[in-house]
Amino acid sequence: MPGQGTVVQSGLSKESEDLMTASAGATIDVVVDRADIVADQVVSLVLRRADGLPFDSWQPGAHIDVHVGDGLVRQYSLCSSPEELDHLRIGVLHVPDSRGGSKAVHALLPGTPLAISAPRNNFPLRESRRYLFLAGGIGITPIIPMLEAADAAGKEWTLVYGGRSRKTMAFAQQLEDRYGLDRIRIVAEDEVGRLDLDQVLGMPRAHMLVYACGPGGLLGAIEERCMGWPPGALHTERFVASTLGAAAANAPFEVELARTGTTVTVTNDKTILEAVEEVGVRVLSSCRHGLCGTCETQIISGEPEHRDAVLSEEDREAGEIMLVCVSRAAAGCPRLVLDL
Amino acid sequence: MTVSTHEANVLGEDPFETANLLDPYPFLGRLRDAGAVSYLESTGSYAVAGYQEVYEVLTDFETYISSGGLGPRDIRKDSGWRPPSILESDPPIHTVMRRALTGVINPGTVRALREPFTPPAEELTEQLAERKRFDAITDLAEKYPLRVFPDAVGIPDVGREHLLPYGNMVFNAFGPENYIFKQAFAQGDEHAAAVMRNCQRENLDATGFGAQIWKRVEDGLITEQQATLLVRALLSAGVDTTIFGIGNTISVLARYPEAWARLRENPKMAKFAVDEALRLESPFQKFHRTVSVDTVLGGVHLPAGAKVLVFLGAANRDPRKWGDNADEFDLDRNASGHVAFGMGLHQCVGQPIARLEMEIVLQQLLKRVSTIEPDGAPAPILHNVLRGFESLPVRITAG
Repeated sequence: MPGQGTVVQSGLSKESEDLMTASAGATIDVVVDRADIVADQVVSLVLRRADGLPFDSWQPGAHIDVHVGDGLVRQYSLCSSPEELDHLRIGVLHVPDSRGGSKAVHALLPGTPLAISAPRNNFPLRESRRYLFLAGGIGITPIIPMLEAADAAGKEWTLVYGGRSRKTMAFAQQLEDRYGLDRIRIVAEDEVGRLDLDQVLGMPRAHMLVYACGPGGLLGAIEERCMGWPPGALHTERFVASTLGAAAANAPFEVELARTGTTVTVTNDKTILEAVEEVGVRVLSSCRHGLCGTCETQIISGEPEHRDAVLSEEDREAGEIMLVCVSRAAAGCPRLVLDL
Repeated sequence: MTVSTHEANVLGEDPFETANLLDPYPFLGRLRDAGAVSYLESTGSYAVAGYQEVYEVLTDFETYISSGGLGPRDIRKDSGWRPPSILESDPPIHTVMRRALTGVINPGTVRALREPFTPPAEELTEQLAERKRFDAITDLAEKYPLRVFPDAVGIPDVGREHLLPYGNMVFNAFGPENYIFKQAFAQGDEHAAAVMRNCQRENLDATGFGAQIWKRVEDGLITEQQATLLVRALLSAGVDTTIFGIGNTISVLARYPEAWARLRENPKMAKFAVDEALRLESPFQKFHRTVSVDTVLGGVHLPAGAKVLVFLGAANRDPRKWGDNADEFDLDRNASGHVAFGMGLHQCVGQPIARLEMEIVLQQLLKRVSTIEPDGAPAPILHNVLRGFESLPVRITAG
């Protein structure tokens, strides 16, 4: 850490709880090329491949897993340019009360070797004529490559970026300099008060998609206002799994594995994924907290209660897929039949 | 940038003529073939019937606005017969109303309806399965939504008989003021007053959707008048359309015995069958939008203030979208993208309720009826914008 005194604070990244118990595939060896403080408690890390080769191409909205040591794996959105594959950049926020991830990441010095996953994308930028980007705090990171893509494609777009104060808001100045004040609206709470979402979202626009990334409270407020927008207009990425699901009751239910021909009981202290793995059936999974989308499973029958932070509103409505790591059977549905 | 444009093809045929209402598809085929955008002399409006153009009009809610009303007249100039509904409003007025409604009716709240909605369907289909013949409209499609939906909204028992006549007025007013319209409005004041009474806070059951909409007044999101209008919207849009959705689904399946047999083997496919039937026989066939600024659609210049008649039922059978068998029922077709519930900003907010009702009825019928076939010719209803049947006699074997 360049010039940061003695103790590296414990801190974290995108999620506070996503200790990964299963690794999803091969890792890539990289080396930290640069570590820069870009805002209060935010460090930007530039990573290059240890073998000097370019990274595989990726799309705006993608994230990588970073193996930060001691078995910890954290997910960070990429905020570099998909056009420049010689390096990847992530922005890391330090949060004082977290359990480890960003403490370790904050401690990384240039030259440190690291293992990461290939980029994965749960937050892809869909084709549209217009975009409204909304970022809260470190939620700016996945949005940055989206701005570049929308701008390069000549789309009509604006960014509204809220934070506590300018000095906590990573990349705010660079974005203003690069795209101008017509496109970039920085809303720093200590200068102009909190982001007025009624003003930002009160007038839906045709053929405009809304991409929002930030803390759960902000996204909840955005979701409520976007109920007045066309269905499917809003796309979000959360830092932690939806609190809605966490509060719900965990009633036991049965899961029939249609291809395997067995039935398992999912007791209230277990997830579907755990129950299925116990009987020796393999399910590809990664974060196991409803954040990465790896364990998506087809529902043959039954009503799921989605507790993930990945599926779109349309997917939730269709009720044909679920993330078995967190989602359960809906109240009143004693049995799910899954394509496993 | 210049856009080359041509004049709209002028059509003398009247979509609201009796023959075209009773059997719309030959006319709709001619309308689609006439070009991307036609001009209808009979109504003085432009018309779109191809999927691409219909989709564009529905999704570009800034250019094709709703506050001019869904009928042929511009209600901004010439006030309509009732205070404008959510369907007849644009952002930002529309936005708060839609937020209030979506907060109350969404997949989460609708899922809880499966339990109360199932026993009435079991009871109805059990009774029907004991008969060799019945009328799928009067004995089933009309009965079921009227039993479950007003309860879900929470209106009193008194005055429910006005719901169907009121819905008939609302939807027929999306067409011209012809004899069908006049007939629908014959006792209009009485029906409208009765329905409006059921929209008042004090008349609504505390647990229904109606009371939950009124709760948003306390939250400060909507006004009392808007709450009344939103409950009215549920009552006017939620009954007729679902009746026709059920009736049309059965009318299609009675003609496709192989599909029925496959559904019997796999009743989980019922929701896909309903979706494909809605594509093929869309209950809500057409309505108007109003052009807000001079624009070009399908190479045709449309002036601000013009009315555009949007043919949902034609878009849902456009071979360019659905292939050469667009006029056929295909249980394996992915009907996703059909516009039977509209598309975009104004897409039917009650869609999950309607789908639930239709799926439950079909699944219960499949449980008890091994074959179903037409028993004489169905009688299509004479309606300006809805497609459905007055009578649909069927012959069944139970089991």
